[in-house]
Amino acid sequence: MGMNTLQHQPSETNAKPVGQTEKMTLVQAVTDGLRTMMSEDEQVLVLGEDVGTNGGVFRATDGLINEFGDNRVVDTPLAEAGIIGTSIGLAMNGFKPIAEIQFLGFIYPGFEQIVTHAARIRMRTSGRYTVPMVIRAPYGAGIRAPEIHSDSTEAFFVHLPGLKVVAPSSPYDAKGLLIASIEDPDPVIFLEPMKSYRAGREDVPVEKYTVDIGKANVVKKGEDVTLICWGNMVKPTMEAAQKAEKEKDIQAEVIDLRTLYPLDKDTIVQSVEKTGRVVVVHEGHRTGGVGAEIIGLINDHALFYLRSPIERVTGYDVHVPLFALEDHYLPSIDRVYKGIQNVLAY
Amino acid sequence: MEAEFPVVQYISPEGQLNADYAQTYDRQHLMLSYENMLKARVFDRKAVNLQRQGRIGTYAPFEGQEAAQIGSAMALETSDWMFPSYRDHAATLTFGHSLMNVLLYWAGRVEGCMPPEGKHIFPPSVPIATQIPHAVGAAWAEKLKGRTGASIVYFGDGATSEGDFHEGLNFASVFHAPVVFFCQNNGFAISVPVSRQMKSKTIAQKALAYDIPSVRVDGNDVLAVYEETKKALDRARKGEGPTLIEAVTWRYGAHTTADDPTKYRDQSLSEEKRVEDPLTRVERMLRHNGDWDEEWAQRVSEEMSDRVDNAVKDMEQYPAAEPTFMFDHIFETPTWHIREQRDSIERKEG
Ligand SMILES: Cc1ncc(C[n+]2csc(CCOP(=O)(O)OP(=O)(O)O)c2C)c(N)n1
Repeated sequence: MGMNTLQHQPSETNAKPVGQTEKMTLVQAVTDGLRTMMSEDEQVLVLGEDVGTNGGVFRATDGLINEFGDNRVVDTPLAEAGIIGTSIGLAMNGFKPIAEIQFLGFIYPGFEQIVTHAARIRMRTSGRYTVPMVIRAPYGAGIRAPEIHSDSTEAFFVHLPGLKVVAPSSPYDAKGLLIASIEDPDPVIFLEPMKSYRAGREDVPVEKYTVDIGKANVVKKGEDVTLICWGNMVKPTMEAAQKAEKEKDIQAEVIDLRTLYPLDKDTIVQSVEKTGRVVVVHEGHRTGGVGAEIIGLINDHALFYLRSPIERVTGYDVHVPLFALEDHYLPSIDRVYKGIQNVLAY
Repeated sequence: MEAEFPVVQYISPEGQLNADYAQTYDRQHLMLSYENMLKARVFDRKAVNLQRQGRIGTYAPFEGQEAAQIGSAMALETSDWMFPSYRDHAATLTFGHSLMNVLLYWAGRVEGCMPPEGKHIFPPSVPIATQIPHAVGAAWAEKLKGRTGASIVYFGDGATSEGDFHEGLNFASVFHAPVVFFCQNNGFAISVPVSRQMKSKTIAQKALAYDIPSVRVDGNDVLAVYEETKKALDRARKGEGPTLIEAVTWRYGAHTTADDPTKYRDQSLSEEKRVEDPLTRVERMLRHNGDWDEEWAQRVSEEMSDRVDNAVKDMEQYPAAEPTFMFDHIFETPTWHIREQRDSIERKEG
């Protein structure tokens, strides 16, 4: 599957951009989104470990320091609590900081700042102070990275009130969602699927555009079963859907959530009302994972449309293994395919 | 502050033993130090090549830091505890880790974390600075048990910016724990030079705030590192509390094999640093004293090269990882979640 087989559904509020496009990878689209917003708004700052001279370990901030200088593209000391904590202060005092955490697995030293401060300042000051910041972090397994680099613990953040959690799967969405996140008046955790960073190129508008936070994307339409996924899992899920279509004439509808908090209730419910069968796919651990929340939401809003129990295809309740075993941890096309067969056979 | 923390040097880059330390010349010890450094360098270069050939994953090279890791590890006793970071294989190998296990770890196998029986070598810590409080806790436990074991914990200059570093030092100070904080100041934390990491001129001075003694040592001088670490460990064993050692050294190459140093520094700088090389200076000194033996060095290098090749073979012939292995050590007694998930994998394969 080429990345460009995904169809991007502009939501009602977003006009589809018309101007020039350029072929970009997902990581280039992130850079382009950052550049777009830094050019437009002097208050937008990028800060983190190695984001300046080095352009980020994944090159997501490549070249920005030359364009915007080291007051706006800041190599910080190696301290996540410091990066996130000072970003909170910057955000409360007029700036729009975009903090890069090198890998999601290294966000934990800064977790305290997110949980007890970024997520709560609006509430604690009755809206007098707010934290319009973005925390970007590459996440996910499958690139043979060393230990701890492959965590997919988005559930921690989805569980917290006061935070939005975004996870694009394509270059187009990455740029549009990043711009929307930077413009959002509240703190946003922006999860970048590491394995998809350079997985393919697609046309990305050169102009500024947004993809709405909270709007899912139906990347494939179908009547028989709803597959719900995001980030790095969109690819194996789409491939399993295509396999099911070819081999069993099963028409799967595939929903790329794009935002994990708030979930796009309407898109999920409408699809379940149509298909009556659901498979949720995520690479994070199964217990307390976002899949459990999606199932809860479906129970609340579409229970009587269900024709079979909802299947979860997820990472296991084990630490993401070192790379010799990581492929066994990750949901594969076969595991998703099996999930589809299970709900249809019920 | 730099004046208050002068860099302690025993052997100059030219291979001269500083007159103050003339009595410490011990041919046997220096030959062994050199041997360990040479072996480590052979290992490191081979590991980088293995990564290039795709036989192991991303690897963190340490070339240039041999004296810091080996001088300090040679000062340890078997009953001590070692808390390494991901770059400290020269230290772990010197303390008794197996070559095959170190390679296994970099080949993506968690089994590589297992140290030999009877050696307290912790798995390399990947998140920065997080191992520092563990070392304090283990040392504190030794003290509570009335034993004389001490902890040594390795970390980089970048690590001193993390809260865990400061919390670790503070706890060690308050509880008077027998721990040696061993910082390898190798000039860079990935792309960020020390000058951008901190405004303090030295890392040693950070101990002042915690009322912990500290020393700045030439990290390319294996003898100075050994002697200063030994002093610190002796103090710890005598109940005199923690010490911070800043070993000033240089990482010649990339941060890891996934990184390109030319993006952030002029690599000719690394070539200039070769004049301070930890191996060369010991070789020079041994030559001065008529103790150098070219054939011996050649032999050590060749033997090590064979040992690494054999370890690579063992690593590559190590039984393939069973997918179910990932469930085996999550809890002592697996919960139902893990039992069910493990079964589901087994069923598929059966
Ligand atoms: C908590 C945390 N944040 C970020 C990283 C990513 N990272 C790995 S090594 C490194 C630089 C470490 O520099 P330093 O402490 O000086 O040690 P060195 O690698 O130079 O030996 C960074 C930022 C990490 N491993 N852990």
